[in-house]
Amino acid sequence: MGLRCVIVGSGNIGTDLMIKMLRSESLDLLALVGIDPASDGLARARSLGVEVSHEGPDWILDNAKKIDMVFDATSAYVHMRYFKKYAETGITAIDLTPAARGPKVIAAVNLSEHLDAPNINLVTCGGQATTPMVHAVRRAASAVPYAEMVSTVASKSAGPGTRQNIDEFTKTTSTALREIGGADTSKAIIILNPADPPIMMRNTVFAGLPKGTDHDAVLESIWAMEREVAAYVPGYRLKNPPVIEEGPYPTPGGVVPHRVVILLEVEGAGDYLPAYAGNLDIMTAAAMRVGEAVAEYRGVKS
Amino acid sequence: MTVPGVSPDYRLIDSTLRDGSHAISHQYYAEDVIKIVAGLDAAGVQVIEIAHGDGLGGSSFNYGFSAIDEKELIAKACQTTTQAEIACLMIPGIGLADDLREVRELGVSVARIAVHCTEADITEQHIKVAKDLGMEAIGFLMMAHMNSPEGLVEQATLLQSYGADTIYIADSAGAMTTDDVRRRVNALVKALDVPVGVHAHNNLAMAVSNSIAAYEEGAKNLDGTSAGLGAGAGNCPTEILAAVSDKYGISTGVNPLILMDVAEEIVRPLMPRQQVIDRAGLLLGYAGVYGSFLLHAQRAAERYAVPVADIILELGRRQVVGGQEDMIIDVALELARQHAQSELTDPDMETR
Repeated sequence: MGLRCVIVGSGNIGTDLMIKMLRSESLDLLALVGIDPASDGLARARSLGVEVSHEGPDWILDNAKKIDMVFDATSAYVHMRYFKKYAETGITAIDLTPAARGPKVIAAVNLSEHLDAPNINLVTCGGQATTPMVHAVRRAASAVPYAEMVSTVASKSAGPGTRQNIDEFTKTTSTALREIGGADTSKAIIILNPADPPIMMRNTVFAGLPKGTDHDAVLESIWAMEREVAAYVPGYRLKNPPVIEEGPYPTPGGVVPHRVVILLEVEGAGDYLPAYAGNLDIMTAAAMRVGEAVAEYRGVKS
Repeated sequence: MTVPGVSPDYRLIDSTLRDGSHAISHQYYAEDVIKIVAGLDAAGVQVIEIAHGDGLGGSSFNYGFSAIDEKELIAKACQTTTQAEIACLMIPGIGLADDLREVRELGVSVARIAVHCTEADITEQHIKVAKDLGMEAIGFLMMAHMNSPEGLVEQATLLQSYGADTIYIADSAGAMTTDDVRRRVNALVKALDVPVGVHAHNNLAMAVSNSIAAYEEGAKNLDGTSAGLGAGAGNCPTEILAAVSDKYGISTGVNPLILMDVAEEIVRPLMPRQQVIDRAGLLLGYAGVYGSFLLHAQRAAERYAVPVADIILELGRRQVVGGQEDMIIDVALELARQHAQSELTDPDMETR
């Protein structure tokens, strides 16, 4: 038997996560919980034979004894109201909102560090896509004085949560590039592109390379990281080979002689969302990876 | 020209120290700022905009690092002006609401919140912060050639509902004809309660005539830069706009002769190249590509040995928007790869 899980939030992310979780051997999906009985997500759950509730987070608290883990795909606002109650009733929360209450986890970098935490935060979609690459540069160089990420997502895949709180996205992502990626200073940029047909999620990482860096080692580490992330996000790839450009560049972390440019694309798996919505897919894929790691840590046999 | 007792027919916003920053790769120094602000202020320009070319927080690998921290330069501008208001532009997703708070402290009174012309709903937070800080908030819809008059009205109405005091459309690619400008401004003026403004670029050599046409359709704000210094083929030159306005009998409240002096004696000597409409500049307007991509595209073309025209045309095909400078490297690498492959497979190559 796997960990007993519920997903709260029956929007795009919650519904996509449900479809992924039905394939898991170590996570058993008990219910998809929403607030709108007529939502497409709950209808989809019913058609797949998954129990549904439209009573929101309170349903989870009422059934706390049967539940080991909640995946929160609501909003930062809702998560902040309920995260303490989940913890008090002994339910581990995997937080897909930008509420950032628990330690931040980027699946490819610090997965094993917080497996016993009562609340795990998954940063942002851009953070899941780019922090691994900053880490890949950092592990091959003596330091990363400055790292920068530019995330471009299709307008259609940016929901109201992102749009109303765009500063939260850039601040949280930028923090992850330093705290988890290992950069000394950082910046995050997000662009929405309305092109039709919608573009795939694109992420570009720029990292300053100090004097004396072994450039081949950096490039090799980047290629290795592509494979490490693609192991749980199949649509994650380097759109072009990484390139090292000659400066000098006067970054906020000091002047560096070179920078590496890493051009990434994330194609969604198309479970519930269209393939262009790689930004949403990488969040649900990271949530599955973290959830299954917690299950393994607790000795669940899959 | 200033006529005593007559208020100007439109308000002039000079963006030499913001949009002009692209053309000098964001290398303004304090002494440049002091001279330019003093000159524009003496000429009677009502608003002077200053920031990194990509707005507050734009200093980056992607857009180029500023030589001097923009906040230091903004402080100098606020100390130098006597009558002109100081404005800053910020693009949500690049800059932060916190940047607005900082520049308000320095004395900036106008916040231009810029956004791609279909994404107005990401500005609500920032327009409200600007209003709470007691600033004038201008909603600024970029790349306006990519949206219809009706679509722009929809987006502008959102900006107005968040509290914007003025709504601008920006022809960021210099891609609009006079008719394009007229239809858009006309629709906005009819639909909105707040004044409308136009920010023109000169890629198709239409910047001044488009600005005058915008005024005739009811725009109450026009943008220029001294000597046309700016992204791509450059902006509507402030001194020419003022001179042409005089010829039309449009009251501007500014002195074109002083503006000519500023352009000739202060700004031109700073320019690494005069603002001309060369092939690349014209192509940007023709393909509808964001003007500030120009110098980045030229650098990538040189680095990866591919024609700059091919890069610009491919960016146009991909419908990239302002801020996606990283795609220039992406396109250059792909073109370089295609080029290498075609050399390998081209049968003509073997017979040469």
